[in-house]
Amino acid sequence: MRLLKLVPDNTNIDFMKWRNIALILSIVVTVASIALVFTRGLNWGVDFVGGQSVRVTFAQAPNLDQLRSRVSGLGLGEASLQEFGAPNVIAIRMPLPEGGETAATRAATQVRSAITALHPEARFDAVETVSGKVSEELLRSGALAIALAMLGIAIYIWLRFEWQFGVGALVTLFHDVWMTLGFFSLTQLEFNLNVVAAILTIVGYSLNDTVVIYDRIREDLRKYRKMEIVPLINTSLNETLSRTMVTSVSILLALLALLLIGPDVIFGLTIAIFIGIFVGTYSSIYISSPILVWLRVNTGSFLPKDPVSRSGRGPRNESFDGARV
Amino acid sequence: MLNFPAWKVWGITLLSAICVLLAVPSMIPPSAYPNLPPFAQRIRNAIHVNLGLDLAGGSHLLLEADTSDLGRQRLEAMEDVIRGEMRRERIQIAEVSTSGGQFSFLVSDPTRLETASQKANEQSSATIGQRDWDVSVSGNRITMRPTAAGLDRATDQAMEVARDVIDRRINALGTLEPTIIRQGSNRIMVQVPGLQDPEALKRLIGRTARLEFKLVDANVGAEQLQSGRAPIGSQILPYAEGGPNARIAVKRRAIITGDMIADASQGFDQQDGRPIVQIRFDGNGSRRFARVTQENVNKPFAIILDNIVISAPNIEEPILGGTAQIRGSFTVETANQLAISLRSGRLPVELHVVEERTVGPDLGADSIYWGVIASIAATLAVIFFMLITYGRFGVYTTVGLILNGLMILGIMALFNATLTLPGIAGFVLTIGAAVDANVLINERIREEQRRGRRLHDALETGYKEAQTAIFDANITNVIAAVLMYVFGSGPVRGFAVVLMIGIITSVFTAVNVTRMLVALWVRRARPKELHI
Repeated sequence: MRLLKLVPDNTNIDFMKWRNIALILSIVVTVASIALVFTRGLNWGVDFVGGQSVRVTFAQAPNLDQLRSRVSGLGLGEASLQEFGAPNVIAIRMPLPEGGETAATRAATQVRSAITALHPEARFDAVETVSGKVSEELLRSGALAIALAMLGIAIYIWLRFEWQFGVGALVTLFHDVWMTLGFFSLTQLEFNLNVVAAILTIVGYSLNDTVVIYDRIREDLRKYRKMEIVPLINTSLNETLSRTMVTSVSILLALLALLLIGPDVIFGLTIAIFIGIFVGTYSSIYISSPILVWLRVNTGSFLPKDPVSRSGRGPRNESFDGARV
Repeated sequence: MLNFPAWKVWGITLLSAICVLLAVPSMIPPSAYPNLPPFAQRIRNAIHVNLGLDLAGGSHLLLEADTSDLGRQRLEAMEDVIRGEMRRERIQIAEVSTSGGQFSFLVSDPTRLETASQKANEQSSATIGQRDWDVSVSGNRITMRPTAAGLDRATDQAMEVARDVIDRRINALGTLEPTIIRQGSNRIMVQVPGLQDPEALKRLIGRTARLEFKLVDANVGAEQLQSGRAPIGSQILPYAEGGPNARIAVKRRAIITGDMIADASQGFDQQDGRPIVQIRFDGNGSRRFARVTQENVNKPFAIILDNIVISAPNIEEPILGGTAQIRGSFTVETANQLAISLRSGRLPVELHVVEERTVGPDLGADSIYWGVIASIAATLAVIFFMLITYGRFGVYTTVGLILNGLMILGIMALFNATLTLPGIAGFVLTIGAAVDANVLINERIREEQRRGRRLHDALETGYKEAQTAIFDANITNVIAAVLMYVFGSGPVRGFAVVLMIGIITSVFTAVNVTRMLVALWVRRARPKELHI
């Protein structure tokens, strides 16, 4: 049986030749993403701006205009209605009502009874109400978690490798996170707590590839003392390319199954991770690695005089056993 | 690397088998529970994965205490205490004030100032060293200002009581399995699985249920009622029965308070059959109610709930039996809710719902169904991909992959961890990512072979060299997952839990299980070349 090889043996792609073009491309897209997020904004879910969202299943497709004017007529602000998967499933969004912490939950009761009055058979699948104070806290802790995760991982990489690698990891993460945010701004998919969880996952997994490549670069730096840094990184990238492809494809395959047939409630979470893995694979090759060249990593970076790099010499560290992770 | 002594083989096999066995109870569909023998039900209850509210359906409420309400209550309580103390000491006080967040009063006789401030000081500290109130004297005025430490302690006590009260109220609703946890200094999280309509729950736990019986002050005229200015010793309260803006004046001193109630239940009025709430007083309450009704025949008294007068009946005759009835515009349901609230005691502090999330059971069941289908599809897709990419080694990877899935379930069941909908996504992601360690190893073996190493050597080096990368790459995921757990809430935490367990089990299955399978194969078949 012939086995599938996504990357043929002895592949030798000159990745680094395109590094400046890739850099310009990445900068342009990242800046565009940041600009998009700040001008067009994100479609914040109730988790982060407060208000309420109600998901209702009706017996048959309801008259949307009638429903909208009825709910908006409650004086709680303008309701936005949206079909959710099927014409008889409607998602209703209400802004944060004025009048203190309790106003939001009181509004939930009013919206419920207004809909029930109009459609007695309506089934409430999900009701979410978040007050202004709680939503601010959720937003703050979400942003803090992402920032700490990025920083924590960068510091870990710095300790395990060298400072240049830590900087590379941080820049890569910055790139990946903003790309994902840009995607959410572009598509105006709802940005909620699940998406923050997705971004944290991306922060963990997109760096997976980067770490594997860094690990190989470190190994090659010790092995090929005479080689220039650019061809050396090219070698490392090609050596790990097959693994990068196989792992990314298998993660994307699994996520594709979830995207196509999984519950629509977590579509946002899944698409975010999907995009993130995709971007992460690109950035591990074209962001994390060229940065090492620009930060002047060379064969001297891992001379034994440095205690940090000595402890990081995994291959020669016989006592290490991966099972104890 | 490929040297596996018998004890290691047995150890790994045993550990895997235990984890798989732990997963079994969670795979039994709920509909089959009643048919299980008792011992199997006990095992299932001890070892199973909890379903989060987004899968099981139910309500999540976050309640926040109104600490300003608590501050007001403490000032009023302090006023009562000081007035009592001063009466006992026969010290005349005047110009009593509870405005501006502090309590102050004038001592009319300057020679008694010393005694008065000493009494005030006695009330100011609960424990030595930590004062609940700061007492200051300027001129003849004594001022008591609540300290932050005192308010914190009072909040803490109030929240403990509130938690118990809520627990009693929800349990009165029947066979729900609520989770009621204090969060931070002034919040309580309530989760009730399987609840379709949270409105009744919100009404039930949102009500303070401060019940008071007070005499009506009939001397207050209509103009005074309109202006809202009550004479000293009286207060003006809204009257629920009298239409909008209706008000009624009552004496400040309560005859009966909620803590004198021994029992409350829903009943029906014997005359018109409308739902009412029947209450029975304890010994103290009975005596007081008997005395006051004897003294005030043919005068009205007010039944006040949370500072709203709900009815103001006339005292037809002395009530000596220690029972009373509350009439109002009740339905059977609202009367029953009020009875439950009164039985369970009043909340020591007003609670507001600041976050509510409710998922209907149908949507939850739907999520589980499609989540499971997607997980199976994802697993099959990845297995197919591994088989066509790595052949025989793909089979070993598949064994590791399936074992990994079962181990995640088993470990979650052991700790009764909660599976949420994002958790299912985490599971699918882990399925995709779990092969990574194997991919690293397999690719390394391919590479070593290309370099011209012989079979044994290639395997040895492959496993050895791949380990640092496996370790470092997984640590980054652990960092992200831990932060997700620390900062996340509810469903997101469920996601983080699955990711963390998945990382550990995937490294175990890749590094130990598949390596063992490869080692056993090499030992048995003694292959001459490796097709990978």
